[in-house]
Amino acid sequence: MQLTLGPVLFNWSPEFWRDFYFRIADEAPVETVVVGEVVCSKRSPFFLKHLPEVVDRLAAAGKKVLFGSLILVSQPRERRQTVELTEAEGVTVEINDLSCLASLAGRPHAIGPFVNTYNEATAAYFVRGGAERICLPPELSMPSVAAIAAALPDVVVEVFAFGKVPLAISARCYHARVHKLSKDNCRFVCEQDPDGLAVKTLDGADFLSVNGVQILSRACTNLLGSVHDLAGAGVRALRLSPQKCDMVEVARVFRDVLDGCRDAEDGIRALAPLYPDAPFADGFLHAIPGFALAPRLASRASRRAT
Amino acid sequence: MELICPAGTPAALKAAVEAGADAVYCGFRDETNARNFPGLNFSREELRAAIALAHERGVKVLVAINTFARAGALDVWHRAVDDAVEAGADALILADVGLLDYASRRHPDQRLHVSVQAAAANPDVIRFYVEAFGARRVVLPRVLSVAEIAAIVREVDCETEVFVFGGLCVMAEGRCSLSSYVTGKSPNMQGVCSPASHVSYHEADGGTVSRLGDFTINVFAEDEPVGYPTLCKGRFRTEHGAGYIFEEPVSLDAATQLLGLHEAGVTALKIEGRQRGRAYIERVVRSFRQALDALEAGLPVETTELIAMTEGQATTVGAYRKTWR
Repeated sequence: MQLTLGPVLFNWSPEFWRDFYFRIADEAPVETVVVGEVVCSKRSPFFLKHLPEVVDRLAAAGKKVLFGSLILVSQPRERRQTVELTEAEGVTVEINDLSCLASLAGRPHAIGPFVNTYNEATAAYFVRGGAERICLPPELSMPSVAAIAAALPDVVVEVFAFGKVPLAISARCYHARVHKLSKDNCRFVCEQDPDGLAVKTLDGADFLSVNGVQILSRACTNLLGSVHDLAGAGVRALRLSPQKCDMVEVARVFRDVLDGCRDAEDGIRALAPLYPDAPFADGFLHAIPGFALAPRLASRASRRAT
Repeated sequence: MELICPAGTPAALKAAVEAGADAVYCGFRDETNARNFPGLNFSREELRAAIALAHERGVKVLVAINTFARAGALDVWHRAVDDAVEAGADALILADVGLLDYASRRHPDQRLHVSVQAAAANPDVIRFYVEAFGARRVVLPRVLSVAEIAAIVREVDCETEVFVFGGLCVMAEGRCSLSSYVTGKSPNMQGVCSPASHVSYHEADGGTVSRLGDFTINVFAEDEPVGYPTLCKGRFRTEHGAGYIFEEPVSLDAATQLLGLHEAGVTALKIEGRQRGRAYIERVVRSFRQALDALEAGLPVETTELIAMTEGQATTVGAYRKTWR
């Protein structure tokens, strides 16, 4: 089982962003790293100056680097950015919107979690066009994941395994809206919330996170308890989505559990203090509401035994 | 411009046909369509009868099979496609790439429309659906302004259809898992959003609390009308205050945009609401028929009748005029 570090979804300061990737390159036990701004086209220019050194450092460390395409492409600027990405030399694109599928046909590429790959027929269609890796939509449950992986044994099927889960994308910017700004004059207020703006219900329950035009969960997906089931089902990579926490240590915990150096329960105990701000959830994989945490089979078994 | 009207039942379909629809869209009574609500939609037998009735009056029937097929159960979606073709559907409205591929190869002569659930929001992706599957029409997502629609129409080699009235998705359609995050049921997989099965209301502190699953979606004061807890249109709190963080509980009414959409070159106008009753369908369709007839005759478009149909709810022209940009 491989580990993939997904793209940074939040608007981090360019220096923080660069240093984050430098440390990933130097220390994180991940095979693949996705770079590039996929959420908001207005943010991209800030990272461009650091992108070459980040990519060089990752490549020098032996990481496979993928360039994520924008999730929602509608403005002329966004179409241009997407076309430029597909035309760049020596770049492997992770497609997050089907806008660039045709221009990448026949060239190796990856399909990202924002493309609706809900079944084996759709996955097979993408593979015929040159997709070598497919990160499945986070809302898929285990039987669907297993059916897709079983149908495509030669493809790296990947599952979203750690981080606040992306739930929706809009043409409208909610950071701008809560700050009473227009989208075109947003002053990049999303940078004030490097881990997303917490949205609570009126009675104070943790609910969602706003990240500009994107809505994420408040809970943090954690599939550590299911990694061996996922491997058994033919899943070949797990995606760790960057949060404002020690992602190197998160990757090490996943690696240790995958390698059998520690058991899942021990790994979950180790993860909790690394990211104390968000409760864990794994509901989507277990076909229950996504915010929920399925009762662990192991603990159920032990309850029965006593 | 063609007027495309919803039908959740044979009675609503008949009402839409009689009120002046150019085409009616509907779905099978199962998870293959994105309005999979209890008591709605058509059996195979009902669809055949409905198509016969509509065709007698020169009205087309479009069949929506616009959820994403469940892995390991493709036959359910394939059967829906085959049965709709066999029943004589004038077009299939599809969103799933695998299903578009199946339909275009198995039924090469069948007219295919790209559902709004496919979120085809720019000319490049529309071109993909046209070239890969021979799609003849794309239903545009409700994230575009009239000017953006005009620019798309100029660039693409297929017809366009846009929503003009009814429910309004705030997020990009077909790319939203908010409902399954809260309830386990999603538009993409089960064809439902914020399902009634998970809704509850209770009184608290002189007001009414609406909930979806385990979460409070809104709290209404005594003098406020209580709305359905569609979760993207609830009141929530951030450190910057409480309110409608994503969108007010508004519905779409683009009757004032008809001339602009016509000049943009849009082929068809769509009314949302397969979950609506016969009387509502009849009135909304008739109003839009009159508005379109007036438009074609070069007369001013009268829209007061439609305002009455929004049932006291505030309306918006949505993204057609992007005031928030």
